[in-house]
Amino acid sequence: MAPAQKEAHPRPRRNVELLLLVLALTIGIGAQVLVGLNLEDTIDERYYIEGGAQAALALAFHVVLRLRAKYADPFILPIVVTLNGLGIAMIHRLDFTSQYEGVADRQLLWTGLSMAAAMLLLVLLKDHRKLRQLTYISLAASVVLLFLPIVPGVGQDIQGAQVWISIGGMSFQPGELAKITLAIFFAGFLANNRDLILLAGKRIGPMTFPRLQDLGPLFLAWLIAMGVLIVQNDLGNALMFFGLFVAVIYVATSRISWIMIGGVLVAAGGLLAYQFVWHARNRFDIWLNAFDQEIYEQLYGSHQLVQGLFGLAHGGLTGTGLGSGSPQIVALANSDMIIVAFGEELGFIGLSAMLVLYLILFSRYMRAGLGTRDHFGKLLAVGLAVVLVLQVFVVVGGITRVIPMSGLVSPFLAAGGSALLANWLIVAIVLLISHAARRPIVVGPMLNTTGAGASGTEDPLRGRDTAEQLAVRDENTAEHAAVESPPGGEQR
Amino acid sequence: MSELAITVLQFGLLLLLWILILSIIAAQGRDMMVSKRARTRANRSSQPPAPAPEQGGTPATVHHSGQTPRPRPKRLVISEGPLVGTEVELGSAPIMMGRAQECTVVLEDDYASGKHARLFPQGSRWFLEDLGSTNGTWLGDEQLTRASTVEPGDRIRIGKTVLELRT
Repeated sequence: MAPAQKEAHPRPRRNVELLLLVLALTIGIGAQVLVGLNLEDTIDERYYIEGGAQAALALAFHVVLRLRAKYADPFILPIVVTLNGLGIAMIHRLDFTSQYEGVADRQLLWTGLSMAAAMLLLVLLKDHRKLRQLTYISLAASVVLLFLPIVPGVGQDIQGAQVWISIGGMSFQPGELAKITLAIFFAGFLANNRDLILLAGKRIGPMTFPRLQDLGPLFLAWLIAMGVLIVQNDLGNALMFFGLFVAVIYVATSRISWIMIGGVLVAAGGLLAYQFVWHARNRFDIWLNAFDQEIYEQLYGSHQLVQGLFGLAHGGLTGTGLGSGSPQIVALANSDMIIVAFGEELGFIGLSAMLVLYLILFSRYMRAGLGTRDHFGKLLAVGLAVVLVLQVFVVVGGITRVIPMSGLVSPFLAAGGSALLANWLIVAIVLLISHAARRPIVVGPMLNTTGAGASGTEDPLRGRDTAEQLAVRDENTAEHAAVESPPGGEQR
Repeated sequence: MSELAITVLQFGLLLLLWILILSIIAAQGRDMMVSKRARTRANRSSQPPAPAPEQGGTPATVHHSGQTPRPRPKRLVISEGPLVGTEVELGSAPIMMGRAQECTVVLEDDYASGKHARLFPQGSRWFLEDLGSTNGTWLGDEQLTRASTVEPGDRIRIGKTVLELRT
């Protein structure tokens, strides 16, 4: 009994995190040094400064967790630091080729900014349940963020997709932040309206279909996704937003009919896009006939995809080694196609390790959702987990020709500040949720009516005269003792 | 640096990646076995609750000496209702139960009030108290009118939810 109880009691496990973090930093910084060694760059103070900065940031994050969210999940931070470090190393490696210049420094800068923002969020937010109050504000924010890039004067058109804005010479992709605000909206909306959607409905066969008026928000989400797709030519984000909504509503109601309806709508949307959006049709053609000579040679053709496949094949089982391959042949090798660069230089063994890391990270996000006691937190964690896994699926599926390729970037790896910022903020929110999930309700003896562990224990007698509290208790103890002989030791 | 050394280091990097994965999985242990644990608990609680230990027992019990005071129950388990299988660790603080989000135990039960009942510790016992709920709080077969003690195995019924204390 004793060991079982010991196991049941949650431990902070921050020391485990520290150990894994050291391993993670060794991998990230080691990869970068390895790049330098292999490309015969001198290992000078630049490497020390960059490695030191990464280590300092990761350890600062660890300390913030120790102070502010002691019971947060201990595996999320090491995994994310590993992926981020490997990303910087690969971007650094591509900076040695003629196509790219100084991207690694910018990525490191953005990593620092993002981690600082995530730490700030951890410290300021304290409890994820506060986000529930922002349900409808987040919806408004999402719409603004998504449609900001098409406002004339602010937006920029890069590579056929209008998803950028430029502020003072810096490009920023506001749609990345919309992932978070939309997840907050869906979680808040469904936590409020779940019962309504769940109770009403028509049973057809083994499935219960929702009423038409309850489908409203789903159609709204579909319209937003289609709007994003048509107006901005952004296939990946459209798929992600819609997938996010279907997944969250499925988790909220556990009705398979939502998945069916979602699938039908995706098919319809895909068909419409294929008919009317040139960009989408182009992507479909590339996907289906990648090795067609004509499509390979045309502008915006399948050159990138096919070269990516060749790159993966070149990597083989163990890869060419960091710095020995030629990943720069593929266009956008350090952002959209960075997975290919890893596949070529780390091989199947390295790339599959990274995919397993994503899988573990996803399972940790889901675990945080399973553990937390409030509905909103559960749905938010699931939504954010789905955001992560859909990004990975769309990117890896795209480059391996499982689905049409689209412009999403692999989380934490690819060069790009806005995606990095959004993903680190997601990490902060999930860490808060997992802290709420694993935290014991009582922190120390008797301090929790007002102390730090008190959140959630609303004592109706708090603030009243303590004599009254004692009187109630004493009377009842005495009465109880008189009526039935208590099983304790006091009478016998 | 020689070609060989670099190759060895490259393989070392791949090895480190997998070592990281394996150590994460090893450190997770049984953490991912949520549903299985919940299910076994639900099964156990569907059996008729064991009579409260040593109730009306013979005078020759260990507790008789009075040297070892009985420990206060440490867990609150939901044995029936929508949240069946949920467990809450009890410390030394009062626990609020109800539908309101600020409650310690948030019940997803349409028959529970916002702030339905309160469980508070006193000595080696937990006391249950109704907070003026609409549908009342039941301890065993009786509706609570005032705060009274709860023993491990007693059925606390709130709406459609039944909770039990466990040691």
